[in-house]
Amino acid sequence: MAKYLLKRVLYMFLTLFIIASLTFFLMKIIPGTPFASANKLGPAQMEIMKAKYGLDQPVPVQYAKYIGNLLQGDLGISFQFNNTPVTDLMFKRLGPSMQLGAQAMLFGTIVGILLGIFAALRQNTWVDYSSTFVAVLGKSIPNFVFAGLLQYFVGVKLGWFPVLFWRGFEYTILPTIALSMLPIAIAARFMRTEMIEVLGSDYITLAKAKGASFFEIAFKHALRNAMIPLVTVLGPLAISLMTGSLVIEKIFAIPGLGEQFVKSITVNDYPVIMGTTVLFAALFVVIILVVDILYGIIDPRIRLSGGKK
Amino acid sequence: MKKSKFSFLLILTLVFSLILSACNSGDDNAGDKEPADKDDATGEEVANVPQELNMLDSSEIPTMDSVLAEGSTSFTYINNVGEGLYRLDQDHKPVPALAEGEPEISEDQKVYTFKLRDSKWSNGEPVTAHDFVFAWRRAIDPATASPYGPYMMGGKIKGAAEITEAGAAKKEYNVEDLGVKAIDDKTLEVTLEKPVVYWEDLFAFPTFYPQNEKFVTEKGDAFASNAENLLYNGPFKMEKWEGTDATEWVLVKNPDYHSADDVTLEKITVNVVKDSNSAVNAFEAGETDMTGLLSSDIVPSYEGDERMLTWMEPVVFWIKMNQKNEALANVNIRKAIAMGFNKEDLAKSILNNGSIAANFFVPKDFVTGPNGEDFREKHGDLIVFNAEEAKKHWETGLKELGVDKLEIRYLGGDTEAAKKTDAYIKNQLETNLPGLTVKLESVPFAVRLERDNAMDYDLQFAGWGPDYGNALSFTDLWITDGGSNRMGYSNSKYDELIKAAQGELATDPEKNWEAQQEAERIMLEEDAGLAPVYQRSANILLNPGVKGLAIYNYGPDYNFQWVKITEAE
Repeated sequence: MAKYLLKRVLYMFLTLFIIASLTFFLMKIIPGTPFASANKLGPAQMEIMKAKYGLDQPVPVQYAKYIGNLLQGDLGISFQFNNTPVTDLMFKRLGPSMQLGAQAMLFGTIVGILLGIFAALRQNTWVDYSSTFVAVLGKSIPNFVFAGLLQYFVGVKLGWFPVLFWRGFEYTILPTIALSMLPIAIAARFMRTEMIEVLGSDYITLAKAKGASFFEIAFKHALRNAMIPLVTVLGPLAISLMTGSLVIEKIFAIPGLGEQFVKSITVNDYPVIMGTTVLFAALFVVIILVVDILYGIIDPRIRLSGGKK
Repeated sequence: MKKSKFSFLLILTLVFSLILSACNSGDDNAGDKEPADKDDATGEEVANVPQELNMLDSSEIPTMDSVLAEGSTSFTYINNVGEGLYRLDQDHKPVPALAEGEPEISEDQKVYTFKLRDSKWSNGEPVTAHDFVFAWRRAIDPATASPYGPYMMGGKIKGAAEITEAGAAKKEYNVEDLGVKAIDDKTLEVTLEKPVVYWEDLFAFPTFYPQNEKFVTEKGDAFASNAENLLYNGPFKMEKWEGTDATEWVLVKNPDYHSADDVTLEKITVNVVKDSNSAVNAFEAGETDMTGLLSSDIVPSYEGDERMLTWMEPVVFWIKMNQKNEALANVNIRKAIAMGFNKEDLAKSILNNGSIAANFFVPKDFVTGPNGEDFREKHGDLIVFNAEEAKKHWETGLKELGVDKLEIRYLGGDTEAAKKTDAYIKNQLETNLPGLTVKLESVPFAVRLERDNAMDYDLQFAGWGPDYGNALSFTDLWITDGGSNRMGYSNSKYDELIKAAQGELATDPEKNWEAQQEAERIMLEEDAGLAPVYQRSANILLNPGVKGLAIYNYGPDYNFQWVKITEAE
C-alpha cells in the first residue's frame, strides 16, 4: 500500500509538471493583449509595460523563470488586480467556492441518492417517474436558470432567503440549491440504474430469503455496491463544483474563484490563468487518488496494489 | 419514447411560464415619467434620515494607487478619497481644489504657478508641493510602468515624452527633467510642452493627484494594497477595503477634508455585483440604493419608472476602416460602408436603451463652445444612413477598383450584445451593397485591442470615451500616425487643423472650436474616414431619496461629496 501510494504521488507531481508546462505554452499562443489600456499606449509605453512583467524576454527564459518560481510556490503578480500576488487572490477566493461546492455536493448527493433508491425500489410507479422527472430537469436546465428563478421568486418575491451576497449561512442556501441540481440529477440517475441491477442480483434474493428487512436490503446490502460507479463520477464533479461556478457566483455576487478564473482568461491575466490551472489540476489529481482509495473501502473486491494481503 | 416527449413538453411549459411571470412582474412598480432630479435637498429634509448610501458597483477596484490607475472604477474611488490641484464640480466643470484660486500663468501659456491651500493627509501631515512633484515623477518613471502616466503627460508636461522614450530604449533618463517643481512647500511650478487648452481638466485628473513620498516609500510594495496602506485627502476616506480583489468596501466622511462642512453623507457601502439582473433584484429587494449600469435588455422594463436614471454618455461607437486595405483606401467604398447601414433602427430596435444613432464622432451633450452652443449645433449630422447614396458610391468604388465583388473582414466583440449588433450591421451592409461579403470575426476585448494595435483588421467595431472635457479628446485620435489612430487615416488638412487646435490656437477658444468642427467635417463628410454607429446612453436604478449625485463624463464616474439622503424609502 505504501509503495503504491508513493508511486502515485510521484506520478501526481509529474502530471502537474506537464500540465503547468502545457498551460504555459498554450498561453503563449492565446492571442490578445494583457493590458487593459492597450488602445491608449504608445509603442514606447508598450515596451515599458512588457518589460515590467517580463514579457519582453525570450519564451524559454520566461518558461524557466516561471517553473523556478512555481517550485518556490510563487505564482507571480496579477495583471488585472494591480500588485496583488496570485496566491493571495486564489486562496482568498477559494474559501467561498469550496464551501459552496461542498455544500451543493453534500446536499445534492444525499437528495440524489435518496431519489435514486426510492425510484429503484418503486420502479415504474409515480415515485419512479417523479424522481426521473427531477433528474431530467436538473440535468437539462442550466443552473443559471434555476439560480435566476430562485433569486427572483424565493429571494425577492417571497423574501425567505437573502437575494445575494455572501455574509453567513443563510446567504449560502439559494446558491447551494441552484448549484446542487446537477449532482442531484447525476446521483439520482446513476443510483437508480445501479440499484435496479444490484436488486436483481443473487445475494439480494438471498438476503430477502433470509428475511432481511426492506431498509436493511436497501441501505446495507444494495447501496454499498451501487455506490461504486457513482463515486467515479462524483469525485471529478466535486472538484468542478468546488473550484467555483462562473454563473452561480456571478448571479449571487459570491466572491469565488470561478468568476475570477474565467475573467482572467478573457483579459489575458497570464499569472492568474496559470496559477488557477495549476491549483485546479492539483485538486484533481488528489481527488482521483482519493477516489481510487475509496474504491477499496467501498468494495473489498477491488485491491489497489494487486498483490495478496 | 412517448414518455420522454411528454416530460420534455412539461418541462418546457413549466420553465416558460416561470420566465414569463418573472418578466411581467417587472412592471408592477412602474411610476410616472419624471426622471430622478439632482436638485439639492434642504437641511430639514435630511435631518432625521441616516446619511448612508448603499450602492453596487459592477467591478472590483483594480487599484487605488492614483499613479497606476487606468479605469473609471479606480478613478471614481480615488477621486472621492483624494484630491488634486483641480476638482470637477457639480456641473462638471474643473474648479480649483488644492490650488488656492487660479494659478499664475506665464505669457506664453506654458508655465503655471500654483499656490496651494492648507490641507492635510489623513495621517495629519500637510499636503505640500513636494507631494505633487513626487507623484508626477513616479507616474512618468518608466520603472513604475504606469499606463496612464505617460498617456496623460506625454506631449503635455515638459520632458514627459522624452523620459518614456529613453525608458523604452533602456537608456539613461532623469525624472527630474519632468516639468514640475516645488518652489517651496506651498508653491508648485508646472511647465508644459506647449499651451494646453484643457489644462484645468488635466490638473483635475486622478493621475495628477499628489502622493506623500514618505508614506509611499515606507510602505513599498504594500502601498495602496488595502485601506490601511493609503492616505486620504478627499471628502471621504476608506474605512474598509481589503485589497484589489475585495468585493465590499466602505467609505466614510473625512473630517479633515478642507471643505468637510459641505459634505453631508456619512458613509458609503459598496458591494460588487457583476450580473445586471442580480443588481436589479437586489435593488427591488431593498438591499441597495443604487445599481451599476444596467444591461440594455433590462432598460425597457423600467421605461418611465422614476427610479431609473438615464443620461447620454459621451461615448461613441464606430466602425474603424483600415485604410491600409486596398479597398478601404478608396473613399467611395468607405462612404458606401459608412452610409450603408440603418443606425436609427439599430439604436431603436436592437439597442433599445436610449442610445442614439451617431452621424458624428464628437458626441452630443459633451462640450460647449465659447458661443455657449453644443459642439453638435453647427454640423449635426455629417454622415447619415442612405441606402441609395451608399449603393451609388459602392458601384463607383467597385469600378475604380476594377472588381465586381469584395470580401471584407469585420472584427467585433464576443459578448451577446456585440454579436447582435455586428450581425445586424453585416446583414444591412450585405443587403444594401450588392457584391459585398462581410466576414464576421467575434473576438474577446483583449484580442481586439491587440489586433487594433497591429492593424490586423479591415473593419473594426470599436468605441471611445474621453479623458478630458475638450473635443480634442476625440479629434486628436485621427491625426496621421497618432497613437490611437491605428487605421491609417491621414489627411494633411485634418492634421493642420488639429495641430493648430493643440498648439497656437490653444489660447483662442473661438478659432480652436471652429478648427475642430471643420476637422470633424472633413474627416466624415469628405473622407468618410470612419463609420460612426451610435452614442451610448447609460441607465442605473437609483433610490429617488438620493439627491445630489454628480455623474461625470470622464475620469471618475460619480462624485458623492454633495449627496444627501432625503426621506428613507
